[in-house]
Amino acid sequence: MNRHLTVALMGNPNVGKSTIFNALTNLRQHTGNWAGKTVTIACGTATLEQTEFTLVDLPGTYSLIADSSDEAAARDFVTLAAPDAVIICCDATCLERNLFLVLQVLEVTPRAVVALNLMDEAEQRGLYIDTDRLSRRLGVPVVPCIARDAVGMPELLHAAESVCERTQQLYPVHYLADSVIEELTEQFHLTRFHALRALEDDLSEEFLSARSLTRPDFVRAVRHCRSELNAAGLLSRLSDHLVSSTVLQAEQIASECVTESRPHTVSRLDQLLSRRAIGIPLMLLLLFGILWLTIAGANVPSQLLSDLLFGLEQPLWDALMLLHIPSVLAEALVFGAWRVLATVVSVMLPPMAIFFPLFTLLEDAGLLPRVAFQMDGCFRRAGTCGKQALCMMMGLGCNAVGVTGCRIIRSPREKRIAILTNSFMPCNGRFAPPHKGKLYGAQQHHSWQH
Amino acid sequence: MSAAISASRCDPAAQSLSALTVGQSARIQSLQVDEALRRRLQELGLIPGTHIRCLFRSYSGDPCAFLVRGTVLALRRCDSDRIHIQTE
Repeated sequence: MNRHLTVALMGNPNVGKSTIFNALTNLRQHTGNWAGKTVTIACGTATLEQTEFTLVDLPGTYSLIADSSDEAAARDFVTLAAPDAVIICCDATCLERNLFLVLQVLEVTPRAVVALNLMDEAEQRGLYIDTDRLSRRLGVPVVPCIARDAVGMPELLHAAESVCERTQQLYPVHYLADSVIEELTEQFHLTRFHALRALEDDLSEEFLSARSLTRPDFVRAVRHCRSELNAAGLLSRLSDHLVSSTVLQAEQIASECVTESRPHTVSRLDQLLSRRAIGIPLMLLLLFGILWLTIAGANVPSQLLSDLLFGLEQPLWDALMLLHIPSVLAEALVFGAWRVLATVVSVMLPPMAIFFPLFTLLEDAGLLPRVAFQMDGCFRRAGTCGKQALCMMMGLGCNAVGVTGCRIIRSPREKRIAILTNSFMPCNGRFAPPHKGKLYGAQQHHSWQH
Repeated sequence: MSAAISASRCDPAAQSLSALTVGQSARIQSLQVDEALRRRLQELGLIPGTHIRCLFRSYSGDPCAFLVRGTVLALRRCDSDRIHIQTE
């Protein structure tokens, strides 16, 4: 008898969550290096012995308190869909920051596993993490992994399976308001996380109705608790207190479990880039190098594709004539639909197939956030944000991708500007190098002879 | 809390984060930024007492990169102006 489990993958942006997802599922999915690259919630399956897993890759988020639609999607899945287990992916090189989300998730569910990714990088940086101690402190399994090399993946699934029966609530963080919080959690069988959000008055209508908490007695109980907090002088700084307590707890746990053998140093890449005389030429050179490779490299496959596709035009026309298709319709099909398709594919496919893999190399080298950082000064003067430089660079490959990429910009106003102006970036289909113009003209001339 | 905020405003020893020079460290005293950014910074661990170091500035001098709890964070001057610190 096969068992079936639904497991959600959560984590901060850029911790290799999508890499873990790919390694677990062998499903091909693009992994990005910047915040919130996971556009829609992706699903995959994995099997381990008798158990079948459905893995859900949630958007990257720093906390469960929703700020953007991506984060709300991640929160709603974990709090409302109640998966059998949650795998929280952490970056071992900055565990303390990642623990904030871990502690929050543990307030929602005890059925969690911590995946400590990038263990090899942490070791290179002189960080030693006592995973057994961390596991004891958190009360959930901690699995060290190197997702890039698929290290630790079966262990992760084993751990997820081992926690899926747990019901005992965890109390990972202690607050001054603990007694009030317990009143709510016990009376209404709420998780700590939900009780806290109710006290903070951060509840959406949707959330309340999903838990059937619109009942007047619940609202009354929350009001009562809030007045108690107010009497204790806690209410006005409740949010600050909750966040600070979680941050301090993360700090405490990290200081117990992480040993740092050498202090943080500015990386060589940053030392190099922070010098204007080296950084600016280097960035320009890389951009021009990529563009040159794209344009020059695309010529050959572009020519081949266009020869092939336009070469089919005549046989297609002959076939339609043979079938006695009215010439008005046949012309629309062959000289309209087919020719547009052939042009678009032959002009646009090869440069995109070259440009984006090259762009991914820059992404992997960690250059893109540094470009955004350095460009912010210029972009700010135009009332926008440095990250727009990245969207514009992607726009050179394809405006559709450039516009989608604008999601990395946080401010709604700056995002709107970036989206609206992205179409002014000439994508490689619009570079129109001379030979392509000629090619198109020649084909046009040829076809008008019909 | 409100007492702490007004104290930091009057306190001549309190500086804003943007006054840190490259390589200098300080401790966060208070965040006087808007609610959304405040929340985000708190989640990244910027609470009163947190140690922060200025790593490097961009070519134009703004934004500036800071090290907080092992994470590098870029902040614009208009935001770091509103973060009060105590130098050590």
